Formats: sequence, structure tokens, C-alpha cells
Amino acid sequence: MIELFQRALLEDNLALAFFLGMCTFLAVSNRFETALGVGVALAVVQTITVPANYLVQTFLLSEGAWTWAGLPEVDLSFLRFMVFIGVIAAVVQILEMVLYRYAPALYGALGIFLPLLTVQCAILGGSLFMVERRYDFAESVVYGLGSGLGWALAIVAFAAIRERLRYADIPAGLQGLGSAFIVAGLMSMGFSAFAGVRLP
Amino acid sequence: MRRAGLRTVLFPILDGNPITVQILGICSALAVTTSLATSLTMSAALTFTAVAASFLISLMRNHIASSIRLIVQVTVIASLVIVVDQLLRAYAYGMSQRLSIFVGLIITNCLVLGRAEGFAMRNPPLAAALDGLGNGLGYSLILVVVGTIRELFGTGMLLGFSVLPTVEAGGWFQPLGLMLLAPSAFFIIGFLIWALRTWKPEQAEEPEFRLRTGDQRRRA
Repeated sequence: MIELFQRALLEDNLALAFFLGMCTFLAVSNRFETALGVGVALAVVQTITVPANYLVQTFLLSEGAWTWAGLPEVDLSFLRFMVFIGVIAAVVQILEMVLYRYAPALYGALGIFLPLLTVQCAILGGSLFMVERRYDFAESVVYGLGSGLGWALAIVAFAAIRERLRYADIPAGLQGLGSAFIVAGLMSMGFSAFAGVRLP
Repeated sequence: MRRAGLRTVLFPILDGNPITVQILGICSALAVTTSLATSLTMSAALTFTAVAASFLISLMRNHIASSIRLIVQVTVIASLVIVVDQLLRAYAYGMSQRLSIFVGLIITNCLVLGRAEGFAMRNPPLAAALDGLGNGLGYSLILVVVGTIRELFGTGMLLGFSVLPTVEAGGWFQPLGLMLLAPSAFFIIGFLIWALRTWKPEQAEEPEFRLRTGDQRRRA
């Protein structure tokens, strides 16, 4: 379990090893505070959606899931993409309403980023990886938390580097997007150095 | 009309490229480019989805209430992606395994949704389809370039045929293993953007802070 968590957090980092959520990663990393908000929101949503999608996948979509209803041949797994997107949209919406009701301060900080996360490849990608790698329920919770935190870690570090880079003298053509890609490449190399690390 | 249509197709290929200028659809551009074959398959899948989604959403644009438009758009795109995914599984199973989850991620690819929201919701179906085609081709161009560079220098082969004879096969070329790893994708696209913006300086971004000393003339 610890190994799975650590792999999801560092070695198989969603942003830097699988390039998921790149659009958000590049678009909102100009300011450190914004990046922190998006990162935390993503980690929370990811921790909820991966196990939720696990339950949907196991009890509704996979082959033989409808045996209890007398329909052992039904295999709905082709509907996976659409159902997962629906689940993610619903979770985001509910989270938004719960935060608005019970934690208005937190809603003020994270609220504007939540709708963005419905169509975020890191969230959908996490759920699809969960299916592809055949995690069980406990593993999917750990994987959701680890990969979400890993993405948050990557974007926070990236934003901090970009804040410093603002004062650097960069060639005109490399200004902005170009330098962001190269910084991300260097970070990705750094993260790939975690590949051999195993916690006792 | 024909002139305008041609412009809609050609503009996103170089001047308004979805990846290097609009920053749309970057995830998959980085992830599937380890070989030219996967890049081409992904390009075809994405171009098809973009054209069909833009066309369908534009057909429905006057009937979608604006409060639920994102859900409608995502549903249309997801249905199209399911079709693409099932076709790939049926006729190119090996390729669909290599593309792994990235076919599914076309749904959340900001390119398709971005064009649907930004162009198809306000334009007639034919123009929207052409816009989807142009953006799909612009995306494909970057994917093919990056895929070619990574496969050629990473393995010495193109589409499975040996181009640069490798040392192991008795040739002279030592494959660069880094090209097949994640960081090189970032670097190649970074340098590609640099090259493109040096060629077309109007695409370059303004620096957030100007340096007080140093060469002002270049940025003026």
C-alpha cells in the first residue's frame, strides 16, 4: 500500500510522467496561490472520484455485474467513458454545494477551480488507470489520494519556479509557454530520479 | 464563401495552432508521441472527433440552453469517442492497447471542447466542421513532427523501418534512450514553440516584467 502511494505520488506522477492535466498545469501556474488552490481542489476531487468510479465500474459496468438482476450476459463496459464523466461532474457539483453550505471560507478559496475539474484529464485519467490496472477498492482510495497529491505537488513546485523565472532574461521566442515547457521537462527529469526509491 | 472556408481550415495549422498558440490539447500531444504510428493514429482519432463534434454541436447550437451547454457538449464528444474507441478495439487491437487510456482522454482534450465552446456554438455547421478540421490538422502537424523526431532518434526507425542503422544491428547510430522518456517530449515541444515564434514573432508573448537595462530594441 505504501509502495503504491509512493509510486502514485512521485514516480508515476500524473502531471510529469503521464502528462495529464497539462492544460490546467500550464494555464494556472503563473501565481503560486492559484496553483495551490487548484492543486488542493484536484487532490480532494481525485480522492473521491477514483473510489466512486471503482464502485460504479464493479457494480454497474463490468461484465457480469448485472447477474443479481438475472442478466448475466450484460456487459456495459463500453459506456465507461460517459458514465465516468457523469460521476465526476456529479461529485464536483455535490462537493461545490457541500462546501458552499458548510465551509464558505474554503468555498471562497477553492470554489472557482472546482467546475474546471469536471473536464480535466488528470481526473478522468486517474479513473481510467484504476480500471486498466485492476486496483481493488482499498487500492483505488490510496491511488486516488496519492496521484491527486502528486499532481498538486508538481503544480505547486512548478508555479514556484515560474514565479522566480519571471525576472529572468529569456529570449523573446521562448517567453511564456516555451520556457514553461522546458522547465516542466527539467522537473520531469527530476521526478524520474525517484524511480528506484523504495521506502522500507 | 469558399475563400473564407479555406481560411478557416488553414489558419489554425500554423498561425493559430491549437497546441503552440492556443495551448489546447497538450496532454495527449506529449504522451502518445513516442512513435510515429501512435502519433498518426491519435491524430486521425482526434481530427475525426473534432470535425464530428463541431458539426453536431453546431447543428444543435440553437436548441441548447446555455446553463447546460457544457454537459451537452461533453455528452456528444463522449459518444463520439466511444465510437472511435470501439472501432480501434475491433480493427486495431494492438494499437488501442498502446494508446492505453489516451483514446478515452480525447473526451477531456481541451481542443475538442474548446473549439466546440469557442467556435461551434456561434457558427453554422459547415464552418464549424471546417474549423474542427483545421484545428485537428494543426494538432496532427505538431504530433507528427514530435513523433517523427522521437522515434527517429530514440530507436533509429520510422514506422518500424530502419532509417538510421543502429549499433546493435551493425550500423553506426547509437539510439538516444532519453528520446523515449517523458522529459524529451517537453523539451521538443518547448524548442518547437521557440522555433515557431522566432519564425513568426507576432506569436511571442509579452514578458511580464521588462528589464530596465539590456536590449530593449528586440522587444520594442
